[in-house]
Amino acid sequence: MSVENILWEKFNITGRDFKNAGSVSIKIKEILKQVGINSSIVRRVAIATYEAEMNVVMYANKGILNFSLSPEKIEINVEDEGPGIEDIELAMQEGYSTATEEMREMGFGAGMGLPNIKKNADEFEISSEVGKGTKVGIIINLKKET
Amino acid sequence: MNTEIKYACGSDLMSDVLAYFKPGSLLLTGLTNIQSVRTADIAEVKAIVYVRGKRPDKDAVDLAIKLNIPLLSAKCMMYEACGLLYSHGLPGVGEKSKG
Repeated sequence: MSVENILWEKFNITGRDFKNAGSVSIKIKEILKQVGINSSIVRRVAIATYEAEMNVVMYANKGILNFSLSPEKIEINVEDEGPGIEDIELAMQEGYSTATEEMREMGFGAGMGLPNIKKNADEFEISSEVGKGTKVGIIINLKKET
Repeated sequence: MNTEIKYACGSDLMSDVLAYFKPGSLLLTGLTNIQSVRTADIAEVKAIVYVRGKRPDKDAVDLAIKLNIPLLSAKCMMYEACGLLYSHGLPGVGEKSKG
């Protein structure tokens, strides 16, 4: 099945809801599989989305994840209301983490989240305002750029 | 259960699973909560072995059934479980598959 039409969906993410953390990403993964997206692309989208979703659950009060699919690309935009990131450059370094004990018990907070997102994305954007929240933009191309 | 495993890796850090695992791997972990199963699904891990005699909690089991991911439990420590599988020819995710 080929992808002709643009798919668009908005998901809410609740902060500290560890029981459901990651379920949005699993839903997106299922959608992409259903429309027949190449499995290695599905995996990259799933990993990047999951890390972004986990960041909202772990650090923010709540967040919105916008997902869109066009014939050219998959776009994921995550915007949260939370503490924000003071030093983005530092947060992007592998191994740097401000995770609490609770987050580490969940198997997260190893300081790999943002670098993992960047690694799997073709385009990655992050902006943050301390005390307000963080925005993360992820683009994964479906067609090779000409 | 009829699943072919090509690689295995042990980790209690879920972000490392996402960063380093190859699709179709076996995950050995001591993390028994629901995130072990969600992470496995996202990273396309074929099956999970809980080490140190640990057993997954109910939420993890329920989700694994839904996502069709086999869960196993081994009494031995992480190092021993990995060593046993490795010595029987199952390569790590950093190596080329022998099959």
